[in-house]
Amino acid sequence: MTSSPVLTLNGLSKTFGSIQAADAINLELFRGEVLALLGENGAGKTTLMNMLFGHYMPDDGTIDIIDDSGHTEPLQLGNPQASIAAGIGMVHQHFTLAENLDALDNIMLGSEKFLNIRRNKPQAVQKVQKIMNDSGLVAPMDVAVGKLTVGERQRVEILKALYQDVKILVLDEPTAVLTPQEADKLFENITAMTRNGLSVIFISHKLREVLAFSNRIAVLRHGKKVGEISSKEADERKIARLMVGEDTKISSRKKIKVGEPVLELNNLTISGSSKRESISNINLSVNKHEILGIAGISGNGQTVLANAISGLVKPSSGKIKIDGKTITSNDPSSIIQAGVGRIPEDRHKDGIVGQMSVAENMIIEDLNSGKIQSRGLLNREAIMQHCSDLSSKYDVRGPGPNASARLLSGGNIQKLILARVFEASPKLILANQPTRGLDLGAAADVANRLLEARQRGSGVVLISEDLDEILSLSDRIMVIYDGNLRMAETHNRESLGLMMAGEIA
Amino acid sequence: MIRIEPRNANSAIFSYGVPILSAFIALILASIPLWFAGAPVLTSYVEMAKGVFGSKFAFSEMLTRATPLMFTGLAAALAFRAKLWNIGAEGQLYLGAMATAAIGTGLIEAPAFILIPLIITFGCAAGSVGMVVPALLKTRYGADEVVTTLLLNFIIIIFLQYMLEGPLKDPMGLGWPQSSPILDQGMLPPLMERMRVHSGLVIAIVCALIAQFMLARSVWGFKLRAVGENVFAARHAGIKVNRTIIGAALISGALAGMAGVSEVAGLKGYLTSDLSPGFGYAGIIVAMLAGLSPIGVVISALFIASVFVGADSMSRAMGVSSYLADLVVSTSLLCVLIGGFFSRFKLVRTSLKGQN
Repeated sequence: MTSSPVLTLNGLSKTFGSIQAADAINLELFRGEVLALLGENGAGKTTLMNMLFGHYMPDDGTIDIIDDSGHTEPLQLGNPQASIAAGIGMVHQHFTLAENLDALDNIMLGSEKFLNIRRNKPQAVQKVQKIMNDSGLVAPMDVAVGKLTVGERQRVEILKALYQDVKILVLDEPTAVLTPQEADKLFENITAMTRNGLSVIFISHKLREVLAFSNRIAVLRHGKKVGEISSKEADERKIARLMVGEDTKISSRKKIKVGEPVLELNNLTISGSSKRESISNINLSVNKHEILGIAGISGNGQTVLANAISGLVKPSSGKIKIDGKTITSNDPSSIIQAGVGRIPEDRHKDGIVGQMSVAENMIIEDLNSGKIQSRGLLNREAIMQHCSDLSSKYDVRGPGPNASARLLSGGNIQKLILARVFEASPKLILANQPTRGLDLGAAADVANRLLEARQRGSGVVLISEDLDEILSLSDRIMVIYDGNLRMAETHNRESLGLMMAGEIA
Repeated sequence: MIRIEPRNANSAIFSYGVPILSAFIALILASIPLWFAGAPVLTSYVEMAKGVFGSKFAFSEMLTRATPLMFTGLAAALAFRAKLWNIGAEGQLYLGAMATAAIGTGLIEAPAFILIPLIITFGCAAGSVGMVVPALLKTRYGADEVVTTLLLNFIIIIFLQYMLEGPLKDPMGLGWPQSSPILDQGMLPPLMERMRVHSGLVIAIVCALIAQFMLARSVWGFKLRAVGENVFAARHAGIKVNRTIIGAALISGALAGMAGVSEVAGLKGYLTSDLSPGFGYAGIIVAMLAGLSPIGVVISALFIASVFVGADSMSRAMGVSSYLADLVVSTSLLCVLIGGFFSRFKLVRTSLKGQN
């Protein structure tokens, strides 16, 4: 299957300020192969791909494209148009779709001439339909992208790349939001497409799928390529060690006798404006010393459920009891008062105020505390002290307490939020997709913190699309589908996957 | 190819040098029409400088002009920090002015130390009232405050004309639509003898200092900034978003109302319908120029007032059309705003060198 190369990266380097994001990286991609690019956050994967796609200008090095006849052509660097013309397509980890346009418009966006007067939509529909049939990636075409689920948006992104007749497809964490079955299907389809000559580079954190679906694995660390192995010869431990440079491990879950319930939802119903914004008759309880995992594909009501527990939406009917007391005023401040720590799904949007400093973001939930303020005036020294204490305790790394929080990396933003949540010693922790987009090290840190909190006596609601995470952390597992919550009797990937797809397991 | 990227950190040279350089470029640009109008360029600029710094009187006139701009600039800056787009400072200014005229022209006879605080309190409260409806419509129903505050300006001005023809009309005014004069003990004391500059300037600077301190150091300022920068995270963190927005709206209205108090009770002594030559709208420019920093508002109000007063005096001294003065003013504003953009962002040239 591996034949002639279609792409070679020769000694690509890029520095940002004092950070060497890519250091003389050499990489070859062969026709019809799936190359997995692995590495922790900040290892240089995205930088490398952005150079390939023309978003960044490399400081040094060249990129060669080899066409079907074996002719080698250097790629014009720093020019996305040249990369598109060379048949390179990229699906970004953070979606780059226009939310107010429908999926078809998004797919056509950028592939039409600016001065085109008549748009040939039927032809485009036909082409998209063909791609959908070939790849098995199906998404509604006539709905505004803003109304699609995260999973559907991802499919639109991939369809958009395929629509541009790519020869080389780069996927940045493509399965982060898919069910195991969907992910398997996606990789099946990709494998099928590689038989027609498509070459794929995919970036992922999930070792399992990397091992199962790639032909070769290249590992980056600190901007350098530290290893390249054929997937047949690799195993999870080997790769993890290459990525991190050391073994990370999640502390094992000890059996603990659970205590009294800290969260009870009784017939909780929320009728939102659309089906995916609604949940009906949710009953659950979480006890002290217990992690309840809620599995499900995005868009099945997790967000509303989390918002209800966070105090962001009011229930239409039903009761929320925290630590035995019914919550009457459903707003975030009374929920925080009641002892709930919340790790939001979208940490950039709901978790931090990016323009405010790291120190300010650390105290944003404790504005009423006497340590932070007296008579309405903030105690600056206490805030700085608090920030430096927490930064070292929770290993938040960044340019310092006075720097804008938006300058932190994703993993460090999550650590900041963890610091805020755990420092308040909450009775209940709501963790919504807490490891999405985090590297192995940071994800293990989150998992360990959740287990620690369980040990200390907190109840934890863990909402996640990552089944491995749910399976390894949860004491009990429930599955949310179409706004309904059901208890999973058997804890294995297959039955949970079926329940996530709405079939009774 | 050229790309725009935000600058990470501003060096001192940049943050002070860029505005000065932009002002300088503005003068060069404005000299072209001056030259066309036949005025000797250098002499014109000397006259312009004289018009601001040439005499005690000139300087005091500049400070007089800067005072209302500071108030309306602060009104805009505080509201904008909370992402509340209050475009209605002009109307709120007139509400403050009407309250001043209503109370200060004889309704209450009291010594200065009672009457002046009373006038200020009612003037500010009247300005706040102008923000109540837009703030409630925004927080309750999500109505766009740009529209509501802007349209309220026209309603308030028509109300003003009614008041000046009716209840507030000066019976001794020979039929002119103007209010009775403010009682002597209701007037804000002047700062310099025989000059028009008055203690409203001191109040404005004190307000700016307080606002700066409160924004940076108080819980109230923290909440306001958090709501302005990321309303989702603020709500998630338990900050009462609507309460914060309404608070910012009321204070913004009060500051704009204070501009009306200061113009009527500090400068004019009575209320007419041409009290403000657009101070409310100019306040938006002042605030943007200041990067929404309260202390910056003081500086940018002084700058804009200097250009206004200087260009005016230049056009009179050189005998050129007063439109040229407007031209100098607008060129300066544009240049400084563009300069401000470049001090926050940088253009990055990405070279497209071929591969050998």
